[in-house]
Amino acid sequence: MISFYNITKIYPPHTVAVKDVSFQVQEKEFVSIAGRSGAGKTTLLKLLLAQEQSTRGQIFFDGQDISQIKKKDLPWLRKRLGTVFQDYKLLASKTVYENMVYVMEIISQTKRHILKDVPQVLEIVGLTERANNFPAQLSGGELQRAAIGRALIHRPDIILADEPTGNLDPYHTRDVIQLLLKINQMGTTVILATHNKEIINRLGKRVITLEEGKVIRDEDPGRFIL
Amino acid sequence: MFISLQRILKYGWQDFWRNRSVSASSIFVMVMMLSLITSLLLSQQAFKFLVLRLQEQVDISVYFREDSFEEDILEIKKELALIPEVKEVEYISKEKALENFIQLHQNDSRIMDSLTEVGGNPLLASLNIIAFEAAQYAQISGFLEKSSFAESIDKIDYHQRKPVIDRVFSISSEINTGGILFSFILALVAVSLIFNQVGLSIEHAKKEIEVMRLVGASDWFIRGPFLVQGVLIGFFATVLTLLIFLPLCFFLSAKIEILLPGLDIFGYFVNNFFTIFFIHLAFGIGLGMVSSWIAVRKYLA
Ligand SMILES: Nc1ncnc2c1ncn2[C@@H]1O[C@H](COP(=O)(O)OP(=O)(O)O)[C@@H](O)[C@H]1O
Ligand SMILES: [Mg+2]
Repeated sequence: MISFYNITKIYPPHTVAVKDVSFQVQEKEFVSIAGRSGAGKTTLLKLLLAQEQSTRGQIFFDGQDISQIKKKDLPWLRKRLGTVFQDYKLLASKTVYENMVYVMEIISQTKRHILKDVPQVLEIVGLTERANNFPAQLSGGELQRAAIGRALIHRPDIILADEPTGNLDPYHTRDVIQLLLKINQMGTTVILATHNKEIINRLGKRVITLEEGKVIRDEDPGRFIL
Repeated sequence: MFISLQRILKYGWQDFWRNRSVSASSIFVMVMMLSLITSLLLSQQAFKFLVLRLQEQVDISVYFREDSFEEDILEIKKELALIPEVKEVEYISKEKALENFIQLHQNDSRIMDSLTEVGGNPLLASLNIIAFEAAQYAQISGFLEKSSFAESIDKIDYHQRKPVIDRVFSISSEINTGGILFSFILALVAVSLIFNQVGLSIEHAKKEIEVMRLVGASDWFIRGPFLVQGVLIGFFATVLTLLIFLPLCFFLSAKIEILLPGLDIFGYFVNNFFTIFFIHLAFGIGLGMVSSWIAVRKYLA
């Protein structure tokens, strides 16, 4: 479903964030990308989202070379992905509820579905009480859960989760990981980027380990070894 | 498709409403511009009416010398009637002229006294000529001045009236040019205000727009609401302008009719309401859309 071929990303002038990376992700897989902070995990996800252009190499998603994707095809790609950004990226002028509605509207979901699904997802991420608050009024943990809710509300084919537990207490961390596993069981591909050793070791799923932009390990099941 | 349009409208309205104080100032300038256009339209109507009236009233009077013979004058009348530009020729004899004069001034004892003092009939026989169009008077008087009977003509009362028509024409065209120029300036102001408003809200929302793109919003889903804002400004400006002019015309109409009997501004406004409405709507919405389109192109490149 996703293939990285010899991907190198150099941020100008000469920060090599990702170096000669190749791997594939099958449909319905649960893949963790492990590595220290600065290893290139976020960059890898940005390349997949076509938020950044690779310097060399190719990325295929469903047969489309997204390292060459045209601007007008970006919505096609991004609608199929659900991303939990490391810095949340919620719409500041919209409430938590409106943030979720917006994503549903982008994929032309009907009003009936929106009215049914949004409260459900709010319930799942435990933000029913905060639905009408703006992002600026939420705590770090609440923002993170709102971001998770927005990433999965439209039932994307793939969920990209960039440090989705970075701001959560152990109790919520466990919940979020359970949730990701459950979504994966229901058939959604999950790519989880994290530097959290415990999470990775407890998952017992495939792990791709990055160090200074290079893949140093790709095992299934894998462990956090650095 | 329809669903997205509906949602774009919703977000456009939301942005318009959440920035309502800025929207109001853009609407205000556009109302001024549209008001000017309306005033032009109505004053055009008044001038057209005035010129028509003046053209109907104006004619040429050719006065014949004291020593002219009536047969000669009637001969000239026949010749004049053959000129295609001439609509009507009326012979007014010395006696008829005196009769008219007395009838006109019978209540003015001073004039009547001086008439008695002069004794006899001091008035001249004349031909009264009415042409089909005002522009033809010059031609007709030219014909008279060059004709074989030019010597028996005492004077042609034409130059005394022509300036009035010319003045009305020139005032009307000056007001028109000035008005068009001024509306053009106001249109530019309106465009730049809306351009700025939309540009500002785009600048303000730069981060949001980036996020919208990242979660897969299409260009149209992002641009649409900004265009809708421009359209809304144009729409509200149109409605407001007409709401101002409808009662204004109603109250002014009676006053204007005293000045220019037969001119019904309010009636004109009501009878042509839809034409006026659509002209305004086209202007208002057109300008609103063009200005936000330019802003969207500049700021959302
Ligand atoms: N926009 C950028 N411009 C320049 N350098 C960047 C940029 N983003 C990330 N980097 C650098 O690229 C490297 C990898 O960063 P990142 O992918 O964010 O790592 P991780 O997510 O694993 O912590 C780091 O050295 C970081 O400083
Ligand atoms: Mg990161």
